[in-house]
Amino acid sequence: MSATGIGAPVRRKEDHRFITGQGRYTDDINRPGQAHAYFLRSPHAHATLKKIDTMAAAAMPGVLGIFTGDDLAADKVGGLICGWMIHNKDGSPMRAGPHPALAQGKVRYVGDHVAVVVAETLAQARDAAEAIVVDYGVLPAVVDTATAAKAKTQVHAEAPDNTVFNWHLGDRAATDAAFKAAKHVTKLDIVNNRLVPNPMEPRAAVGDYDQGEGAFTLYTTSQNPHVARLVLSAFIGIAPENKLRVIAPDVGGGFGSKIFIYAEETVCVWVAKKVGRPVKWTSDRTEAFLSDAHGRDHVTHAELAMDADGKMLAMRVHTTANLGAYLSTFSSSVPTYLYAPLLSGQYDIPAIYCEVDAVYTNTAPVDAYRGAGRPEATFVVERLVEVAARQLGKDPAKFRTQNFIKKFPHQTPVIMMYDTGNYGASLKKAMEIIDYKGFPKRRRDSARSGKLRGIGFSAYIEACGIAPSAAVGSLGAGVGLWESAEVRVNPIGTIEVLTGSHSHGQGHETTFAQLVSDRLGVPLENVSIVHGDTDKVQMGMGTYGSRSGAVGMSAIFKAIDKVIAKGKKVAAYVLEADEADIDFKDGNFSVKGTDRTLDFGSCALQAYVAHKFNGQDLEPGLKEGAFYDPTNFTFPAGVHICELEIDPDTGVTRIERWAAVDDFGNVINPMIVEGQVHGGIAQGVGQALLEGARYNADGQLVTASFMDYCMPRADDLPSFEVGMTVTPCPSNPLGIKGCGEAGAIASPPAVINAITDALGHEDIAMPATPQAVWRAAQKTLSRMAAE
Amino acid sequence: MYAFTYHRPATARQAASLLAKKEDAKLLAGGHTLLPTMKQRLASPGALVDLSSCADLKGIARKGRNLVIGAMTTHAEVAASPEVQEAIPALAYLASHIGDPHVRHRGTIGGSVANNDPAADYPAALLALGATVVTNKRKLPAEEFFSGLYETALEEDEIIVKVSFPVASKAGYAKFRNPASRYALVGVFVAKRGSEIAVAIIGAGEGGVFRWPEAEAALKGRFAAKSLDGLKHTAKGINGDIHADAEYRAHLIGVMAKQAVAQATGKA
Amino acid sequence: MANLSMTVNGKAVTANVDPRTLLVQFLRENLRLTGTHVGCDTSQCGACVVHLDGKAVKACTTLALSCEGASVTTIEGLANGGALHPMQEAFREHHGLQCGFCTPGMIMSAVDIVNRRGNDLDEKTIREDLDGNICRCTGYHNIVKAVAAGAEAMAGQGLASKEPPRQAAE
Repeated sequence: MSATGIGAPVRRKEDHRFITGQGRYTDDINRPGQAHAYFLRSPHAHATLKKIDTMAAAAMPGVLGIFTGDDLAADKVGGLICGWMIHNKDGSPMRAGPHPALAQGKVRYVGDHVAVVVAETLAQARDAAEAIVVDYGVLPAVVDTATAAKAKTQVHAEAPDNTVFNWHLGDRAATDAAFKAAKHVTKLDIVNNRLVPNPMEPRAAVGDYDQGEGAFTLYTTSQNPHVARLVLSAFIGIAPENKLRVIAPDVGGGFGSKIFIYAEETVCVWVAKKVGRPVKWTSDRTEAFLSDAHGRDHVTHAELAMDADGKMLAMRVHTTANLGAYLSTFSSSVPTYLYAPLLSGQYDIPAIYCEVDAVYTNTAPVDAYRGAGRPEATFVVERLVEVAARQLGKDPAKFRTQNFIKKFPHQTPVIMMYDTGNYGASLKKAMEIIDYKGFPKRRRDSARSGKLRGIGFSAYIEACGIAPSAAVGSLGAGVGLWESAEVRVNPIGTIEVLTGSHSHGQGHETTFAQLVSDRLGVPLENVSIVHGDTDKVQMGMGTYGSRSGAVGMSAIFKAIDKVIAKGKKVAAYVLEADEADIDFKDGNFSVKGTDRTLDFGSCALQAYVAHKFNGQDLEPGLKEGAFYDPTNFTFPAGVHICELEIDPDTGVTRIERWAAVDDFGNVINPMIVEGQVHGGIAQGVGQALLEGARYNADGQLVTASFMDYCMPRADDLPSFEVGMTVTPCPSNPLGIKGCGEAGAIASPPAVINAITDALGHEDIAMPATPQAVWRAAQKTLSRMAAE
Repeated sequence: MYAFTYHRPATARQAASLLAKKEDAKLLAGGHTLLPTMKQRLASPGALVDLSSCADLKGIARKGRNLVIGAMTTHAEVAASPEVQEAIPALAYLASHIGDPHVRHRGTIGGSVANNDPAADYPAALLALGATVVTNKRKLPAEEFFSGLYETALEEDEIIVKVSFPVASKAGYAKFRNPASRYALVGVFVAKRGSEIAVAIIGAGEGGVFRWPEAEAALKGRFAAKSLDGLKHTAKGINGDIHADAEYRAHLIGVMAKQAVAQATGKA
Repeated sequence: MANLSMTVNGKAVTANVDPRTLLVQFLRENLRLTGTHVGCDTSQCGACVVHLDGKAVKACTTLALSCEGASVTTIEGLANGGALHPMQEAFREHHGLQCGFCTPGMIMSAVDIVNRRGNDLDEKTIREDLDGNICRCTGYHNIVKAVAAGAEAMAGQGLASKEPPRQAAE
């Protein structure tokens, strides 16, 4: 392994600009003549728009234009779309209401977009927005996930019973039969709490229209600018793709929330032409809370059937998923195909049946948030398994080991074909790291000081590297999920790699360059990564679902292969040998069995000067592109163990230790991979202990700032002990599985399993806040006193 | 923010005159409550009188049996002050736990006291220590100064000049922070001066800072955490919100009171 | 509008600003120093932290006019000419950043911790003193390591004394 090649903890190339304040985020961009947009948002969760009077506002200083849903309709601007069609149990398509970028006729959640004011300054836009008089016909709000389908009020006329779909997966009859034959059944009711993604960079957009060219440019905070362009062109109808450039510069975190095509960027690019000025909008944090797509929000009943020995026989799950007031871009896929296919976990379960009812409510749209469906599935599986072990009186590690899948490939009853893994190895290593054997003594020590200590396991699996296009197409996806790459070798041997992946913190500029450096034998600093601009990179699907390594880098790998193949042709001419006799190794082309060589840089130069080629025999140049479509999902898996201590007097939970052992297949840069694990764990711990978006009965978001929505801070977390095991992924050339979401998927059940272990009962929900834990601990103490 | 005019006087006297002269004027101290409120357009003063250049409002001095802290002294200055650490270490400790380091560099004792946020820390210290709020017009004992949620006895054109704390023989402060905002969910300041014992609670009262007579009585016998064993504050009059209901807050009062006494008696 | 003059990163600047202008707006919009970020509206995330007369403050909760005559250092002014500040170097070396958005505030806060507490920082102190900075990417693990290493490196370069210059209570 070279110091900068595959497997080396190379320090990040992109860091210099970030640590010196030279990063370039969307809000750092200012266009000449730029005006500012302010969105008037609905203060009501549910209301008809009887009248919007903009007369007085339009006359206010600095106002350039005020636009409403009527203007969108007049311009025939299409609505925002949901790109994944889900079918009901009876085969009928899901029922979706329209999703205009500015409300038409009705507002459906607090923060819904009533009008946009464009003015010279943001303060003027806001002043004018306050002068808009809206006559709302306030309607009752539907808020609660579990009861939305029974509510008298309907959020969308198109969706009776507020139901978007009733979907299912698995063999119901086989599952029911297995339950009938079972000796033991464990049942659990679970709420997967609603979360707000909160990347530290709020969303922003600058729309620009070039009158001379008749072309738009949109600068936006996006994880996938090409998908944004596709949707804005093909569905919303802003402009044809060749007249719309989307640029996502540095992106300050996303975690899923910047995948989606939102109202604000759509409106900014649309109104830029209407007012004849560049138009900028930057979300403040409260707007982010109100209008970024939220995550999770499931209510689930789950059952696990076992035989007399504790062998798992079947799982049965019913989930109600809250999708909010409108269907966000990929919302329908999250509680269905990103969820139920993961219910087999790491276990050999012969029969699984899952039903999912998705509901509309008068809350912000819910879509993918780090892990997207897989954390929800893992929480169901790992809580069920833990509780089952307790009910059977079995050690949780042994019970898991007993039921682990041990032979690969393994076909689960819920779509997935697991290709490889070694779950026992991860479990063993994690138990060593945490010193599982020493836990009883540590628990006694805690008890002596009046504290309750617990340990919790989470053996997770995820399907990522999304995804084989044919497979997702057959499941309802509106797009293919391949990735593209172009490797451009310059005449002096430096290289630009154009990729459709787009980093929002993952360090692509480093890891992607490591791959190129390693494969082509060129220095790391000679490789630049180009991404986030639809005018530079032809097409791509973006970064989410832990796909940029497994899919994005595989595309680069494929393009590099083509570059090498072309380079061999060039070398054959230059070295006057047969192409079949040319080898390429460590940056040098050589003729087999001779000492004749051509280094990569010289080969590039020869490719461009083309002096040695005979006319049309060989095209000049060294530039190759590739599209890579995966043949299977990848299946990162691992075991996280959380050890914590509860102060029953205050309810404060302190995480004392955290062991994480993950199998991500081959790793390009372990430093970056570990960083991804750390961040994921922190988000999962946030979900388990701190974070919860809460609406009151009127549909007001009562956790709409960092004052009320608790973000994990440095002193809420311990340092993490991270280990790895490796079973290379067989379905892509690099053997990579993906690492971006693992921590967030694994960690919530580890925390709750540890808390319930400490408490000695299962009566606690996420987030396990000090108040909730205190209350639960009182139950524990009174039981202990009674014993 | 809505538009306002900005003034930065050099003395408290000039500040008072501006405050009287300008319509809808408000004093700006550290700004860590006022500015966020203005950003959200929930406050719209016509004029801001910035006190940050009033040298006569700054400083910490030991004057006989009193510790005197100028209104514009920052939390960081109080926390780091050898005079405060020597005279009333619990007060330095309290100041070192307000907000976060950046907030402590800007936030001031005068601003905190004048705002009387029910979740701020200082009001508990003032009430328990029997401090006197000295304004440009008069001297007000803490129990008269704090008059309700965000309410004080300050008149429209009155400026806090300094706060005078009688030095206690023993004092301690314990706070249970709101996990999200890091303000006090419950804060308890205990002080013993001669035979006088005061226990003041912040964060939990429906009407802001208040005293807990039962705990004070219990500590009269013996000033030790153990004296509070079994003592529970009633949930009546205690506020509840999404972070903590009244029952939990009432419970925390007892826990924090013990921790505060333990700190005061060097047993923390 | 009101006149304003201050020193930013060692350079004298003057401007005529609306009194509503926050320090962070002045830096980002008037001076185009966009390294200082805005991540919240409630003074909690710390993405906007700069040094005002040597002390870390939240530039989103400070009026520009309040800084009349003051000296402000932003992330752009931390490096000494071409050489990175040791704390910047430590964040890169220890992978203390991912998306980079909170990073300028984190680094300015980290330098302030060293200024207040000296260079010998334990994990608990660092975690507690990062109370005013939120990072969503790193889980803080590597930030904590970076701050400790940066503090040590600062001492090595004479940028922090072994003894805390400003003693804090506790």
